[in-house]
Amino acid sequence: MTDSQKFDLIVVGGGPGGYVGAIRASQLGQKVAVVEKENLGGICLNWGCIPTKALLRAAELKHNVSNLSEFGIEIEGSININLKNVVARSRKVAERLSIGVSHLMKKNKVTVIDGVAKIQNKIADGWQIAVEGKTNYLLESPNILLATGARPREISGMEADGDKIVTYRDAMIPKKIPKSLLVVGSGAIGIEFASFYNDMGVDVTVVEAMDRILNVEDREISDIAHKSFEKRGIKIYTSATLESISKSKNGVTSTIIIGGKKQKISTEKIIMAIGIIGNTENLGLEAIGVKIEKGHIVTDGFGATNIKGVYAIGDVTGPPWLAHKASHEAIICVEAINKKTLIHQLSEDAIPGCTYCRPQIASVGYTEEKAKAEGYDIKVGRFPLLANGKAIAMGEDEGLIKTIFCSKTGALLGAHLIGAEVTEMIQGYAIARTLETTEAELMHTVFPHPTISEAMHESVLDAFDRAIHF
Amino acid sequence: MAIDILMPALSPTMTEGILSKWLVKQGDKVRSGDVIAEIETDKATMEVEAIEDGIVAKIVVSEGTEGVEVNSVIAILSEDEESIDKISENTNNVSHSMSSDVNALKDDAKKDFKKTDKLSQNKPSIAKTEDGSATNKSSDGDSQNIKILGKRVFVTPLARRIAKQHDIDLAIIKGTGPYGRIIKRDILAFSKSETKATSVFNEGQITSAKGVIIPHSAMRRTIASRLQLSKQMAPHFYLTIECNIDRLLDNRAQLNKMVPEGIKISVNDMIIMASAMALKKLPEVNGWFEEDGCRYFDTADICMAVAIKGGLITPVIRSVEKMGLSDLSVTTKDLAARAREGKLKPEEYTGGSFTISNLGMFGIKEFAAVINPPQSAILAVGAGEKRAVVKDGELAVATIMNVTLSADHRIVDGALGAEWLQLFKGFIENPVTMLI
Repeated sequence: MTDSQKFDLIVVGGGPGGYVGAIRASQLGQKVAVVEKENLGGICLNWGCIPTKALLRAAELKHNVSNLSEFGIEIEGSININLKNVVARSRKVAERLSIGVSHLMKKNKVTVIDGVAKIQNKIADGWQIAVEGKTNYLLESPNILLATGARPREISGMEADGDKIVTYRDAMIPKKIPKSLLVVGSGAIGIEFASFYNDMGVDVTVVEAMDRILNVEDREISDIAHKSFEKRGIKIYTSATLESISKSKNGVTSTIIIGGKKQKISTEKIIMAIGIIGNTENLGLEAIGVKIEKGHIVTDGFGATNIKGVYAIGDVTGPPWLAHKASHEAIICVEAINKKTLIHQLSEDAIPGCTYCRPQIASVGYTEEKAKAEGYDIKVGRFPLLANGKAIAMGEDEGLIKTIFCSKTGALLGAHLIGAEVTEMIQGYAIARTLETTEAELMHTVFPHPTISEAMHESVLDAFDRAIHF
Repeated sequence: MAIDILMPALSPTMTEGILSKWLVKQGDKVRSGDVIAEIETDKATMEVEAIEDGIVAKIVVSEGTEGVEVNSVIAILSEDEESIDKISENTNNVSHSMSSDVNALKDDAKKDFKKTDKLSQNKPSIAKTEDGSATNKSSDGDSQNIKILGKRVFVTPLARRIAKQHDIDLAIIKGTGPYGRIIKRDILAFSKSETKATSVFNEGQITSAKGVIIPHSAMRRTIASRLQLSKQMAPHFYLTIECNIDRLLDNRAQLNKMVPEGIKISVNDMIIMASAMALKKLPEVNGWFEEDGCRYFDTADICMAVAIKGGLITPVIRSVEKMGLSDLSVTTKDLAARAREGKLKPEEYTGGSFTISNLGMFGIKEFAAVINPPQSAILAVGAGEKRAVVKDGELAVATIMNVTLSADHRIVDGALGAEWLQLFKGFIENPVTMLI
């Protein structure tokens, strides 16, 4: 059965890019449909950001409970992990939020269509889209917004098997805790799993091809994280390439090359986290000539592709692969389609990034290296959490707040945070950047005492040799 | 005890002004009535007097600051020396739209009045070092001369600082941030499009791609906004009539023989008088159009347009209908002279009910003027010249003056305007009838 329906905008993909774009379009008075092949909320909500935060919260509690004696609290008996319940809670959290998104769709009068979408035909006033699902549909719309996301990149010959070699999805629903684990790739995803499994008592090894872990972060932050993880017992190999994997009955043996030398690492499991590629296939894009480069759809900064009426946002258009980037791009794109005036394209430096390992990492803007490479004369401020009263009181005095300013204009070029709660604090610097404050406004801002955020203030002061408490 | 000195409202319509000069400095003793500062509004320069005796504890708004809001604190008087320190400390929360160097001042006020004085003059060379090098410029940079009056400029701190560093006038930048706020990229975009020839021009003149931009004076902005408002809001219509002024010229010659020494009644004086008489006879023209109704006046308060350096101003002669011609003549001369010197008091150029603009001396035959809002009409007076006229079926020579009434149709209808012009013409052509 085929149902034909007309819309002002059809969004393909109901993730944090797609559903947010759909809501915005509806707010602007458009008749909108979202086509989703699996669950509303996309990877982020169902298989990414949210369920992993639930797992990492369990890991954090486990860590805290294990250290209660430091705070003078004694508990008797052993601390046991019921993995089944840890995972079940994570799934419940994801499910609850996905239901929340379907309520949002209803509230905003967005039509949700289950199935897989494909651009079928160019018609006089737009596009015809075929949806294959339990019910088949033929939809028509002048504009299509592709928000199909991305999937893990795989190395040929080392593809995930869902058992010994897994990617993020299986990694977040383990049936049993492995004894040992090799994490290939030290981006946010790899490092979060390394942190989680380490807290779960697993012997974790991380292999990274670049010369440092978390290479999108500032080098200084990477170094602090590296030392902190090693202190926790995580083994890290940088400038190391994975050459081959051989599976055995009890696990996998990986051959890695470090500085020209081969080394074998045997683990029970491997998590592959070496980046992602856009879901550009089977959408009918090739037939209509949408430009795709390196697995990502090419857009103009306002979501427009080279084909009129076809737009794309989020992971499918390239890095940084972040949910909040997708959401923001979707809003910009939908407003541009609706000819809202004064829209600026999203600046990559304005997108904060967070990694929820222990200690947490958060950043926005240029790293020190990047700022120098861009030709800025810079001033760098640093404030260690070991000089912050609240951090010490919490027993979380490991960390650093680093700020980078343009010497000439006082612009906050970048901020790099590692330590407790920093993922909740980075927005302060993000707001400062959006409002284009200079060091003067930040210095004149009163930060409440006692908070870890005071370290944000001190870091700014330090950049201008005015730090009070260090 | 601290006494706040507030930015005075020099006229009912004044919302902000320029603090052009301080005549006292911190630490000076002042007595009630002493002139302590000069304030410049869009129309005139005025003196500010101390209202109490005391010591100037703190100058909050520095000399040369533009856009100072009425009723904002511009300085603080202390009753005695002891409390000066306290005042310096407690003025942290003094609110003022452009006083971002308050904090800088606060730091120094206690220690060093001299230094503060320098700072308050806004000289970039006295940048403070305590903030480190990037802030060197910030104490002046953040309070930089925003060359715009009557309108607040919304600009991010970073954009403001970069504009300052590139010597770009924010008033000529179009903001593309939220609610039109000027953001960094607007400044950078402008800076790119700007030609490199800035140094060729004098300070205060900023080059753009074409020509030279001279930042608006307060008066230019006022003229622009008021007259634009007038043309946009008031549906103008124009009525022109010819007046034979031969008799008026005769009468004027006779009168001038009789008036006291030093007084010389002008044709313009007689035009003002004739207008006043016509307004008295036809008060329906003597009013303002307002939102909720038309306001009518029982006195003919007539404004005369006076060209002055950089613009024009319209001093008002009140109750002209009660004046004698010689009084009127003295008053108009005095007002015109003081208008040219920029020394009119606010009440001398606000609140008229009708305006006369005379370009006759430039040989203009006739023209149509823009109504001075919220007034109902303006009379544009052309040159009196000898013309051939038909009199009693014969060609004759007469001195003819064309006048054009621009009227706001919301309050004055065509027939009413015409009737008023007929009355005016009657008075002009037969001045003695003004005595009735």
